[in-house]
Amino acid sequence: MSGMIIETANNKWEIICGLEIHCQIISKSKIFSGASTAFGADANEHVAFVDAGMPGMLPTLNKMCVRQAVKTGLGLNAKINKYSEFSRKNYFYADLPQGYQITQFLYPIVGEGRVTIDLPDGSAKDIGIERMHIEQDAGKSIHDMAPDKSFIDLNRAGVGLMEIVTKPDFRAPEEAGEFLRKLRSILRYLGTCDGNMDEGSMRCDVNVSVRKVGEDGYRTRCEMKNVNSVKFVMQAIENEARRHVEVYENGGKIEQETRKFDPTSGLTKPLRKKEFAHDYRYFPEPDLPPLVLDEAFIEDVRQEMVELPDAKKARFVKDLGLTKYDAAVLCENKEVADFFEKASGGRDAKKVANWMMGDFFAMLKDKKISIEESPVSAENLGKLVDLISQNIISGKIAKDVFALMVESGDNPEKIVEEKGLKQVTDSGAIEAIVEKVIAANPANVEAYKGGKTGLMGWFVGQVMKESQGKANPAMVNALLKEKLG
Amino acid sequence: MTVDADMVRKIAFLSHLKIEEDKIAETEEEFNKILSWVAQLNEVNTEAAEPLVSVNEAKLRLRDDEVTDGNQAEAVLANAPQKEYGYFVVPKVVE
Repeated sequence: MSGMIIETANNKWEIICGLEIHCQIISKSKIFSGASTAFGADANEHVAFVDAGMPGMLPTLNKMCVRQAVKTGLGLNAKINKYSEFSRKNYFYADLPQGYQITQFLYPIVGEGRVTIDLPDGSAKDIGIERMHIEQDAGKSIHDMAPDKSFIDLNRAGVGLMEIVTKPDFRAPEEAGEFLRKLRSILRYLGTCDGNMDEGSMRCDVNVSVRKVGEDGYRTRCEMKNVNSVKFVMQAIENEARRHVEVYENGGKIEQETRKFDPTSGLTKPLRKKEFAHDYRYFPEPDLPPLVLDEAFIEDVRQEMVELPDAKKARFVKDLGLTKYDAAVLCENKEVADFFEKASGGRDAKKVANWMMGDFFAMLKDKKISIEESPVSAENLGKLVDLISQNIISGKIAKDVFALMVESGDNPEKIVEEKGLKQVTDSGAIEAIVEKVIAANPANVEAYKGGKTGLMGWFVGQVMKESQGKANPAMVNALLKEKLG
Repeated sequence: MTVDADMVRKIAFLSHLKIEEDKIAETEEEFNKILSWVAQLNEVNTEAAEPLVSVNEAKLRLRDDEVTDGNQAEAVLANAPQKEYGYFVVPKVVE
């Protein structure tokens, strides 16, 4: 897919966009202290003196956070830097008690990488990863508890973050949206970040500029901080690009600045001028020597790598015969993919996929529950497909059985047995019903014989109704054709 | 390297320190004294010296991922000039 082009009377403009994504690392304790990272505690309960910036307290690096960063780096097909350093990024804000953030600046733990995204037209595009570094999160400021005061909770202060910086490779809002979905999927497969944008465990800064098609180099960019949903990121990119085009077309100049995205209007407005406020005065963190990883450590993490969505998707298409689309839907979420593999083991995978993407997903959506909470287990869904394949029940009855499985959580064999839903395949029994239906509807029989062959469907319906849906539809068809001539 | 009065004002702003106008000249002079003292290092010939990242040669020690700290909100808040419902309370800061 070529990117989005904004056309004006005289020019064609293309969008240039890069993302910076902060991802909260999944770990039990914080990156530089032994306080818990658990969400939802009372204010300031999960705070060590290090997190509160008490004088003389020293940070100690959490090994798990390093492992998670290396694992994420491997998942992003990125270079793992055996040598990295921590720096202090100085800025003043009430929820940053140290007065600086410990982060990585010149020597990040992860270098260049690449993530492949699938575009709606079926093509694929590689998005470059510039770098990824680890750092500590700030606390949380609450501004709506009193009119003239802010309330500070430091529970989040010091939780480990991975900041992933992409190259300015996005040329359309949809590409950025697809990348975020893909990244979230990778992080969840790896178990390194839960990827919940609405809860703030994944936060996105968006950099946007535009240039005329064919123009070299980049023009001045603007940054929108903390855009907190995929939809808003896409809106922010498009609207900010349109603003740039409008400014240029009117002979104006874009100032490098940080802007705020307003979800209500979809528009951006200026926040602060970058040159001045962003003087972070980085310097090497004196409290932490450089981080040096050896090959054994990286290899150990590599051993823990799971099959990632792209590889799984390719396998589902190649080995199980699924369509690319079905495979993509089933692989986006690891729990769904695991469920599918359990349900389809040793069976017609395509049929199981159809059931999952049809009635099963509709049921989850209807009940507003996650796949882990499903009343229908993977084993039982697989058994249901078996019952259809073995002609024990018809596809139509299977829908009723599925509804009963949802209600009771029972296995389908038990339901079919108890409710007497087994398909009638006894030709004598079906013949009797067919004859009964024919005898009761002489007018329609006449009409059919007179050429209204469309009535066949009606006859099938009558027989199925008479058999309470249990007659084997193929046999009903054959017998009707035979009897009606 | 020397700083001028504007640089002093900028650093004060970034650090959220209030330096009265009549103290700017004095602060500027002190900054420059410190800078010129450190600048003596420029006189040393460092041609053959390896860059030094840290004088601390200890290896970085990694901690196991265990919860060993926290649950001490009262102690954490003990020095806060203002606190309410377990939160630090500060003048409203909204960017």
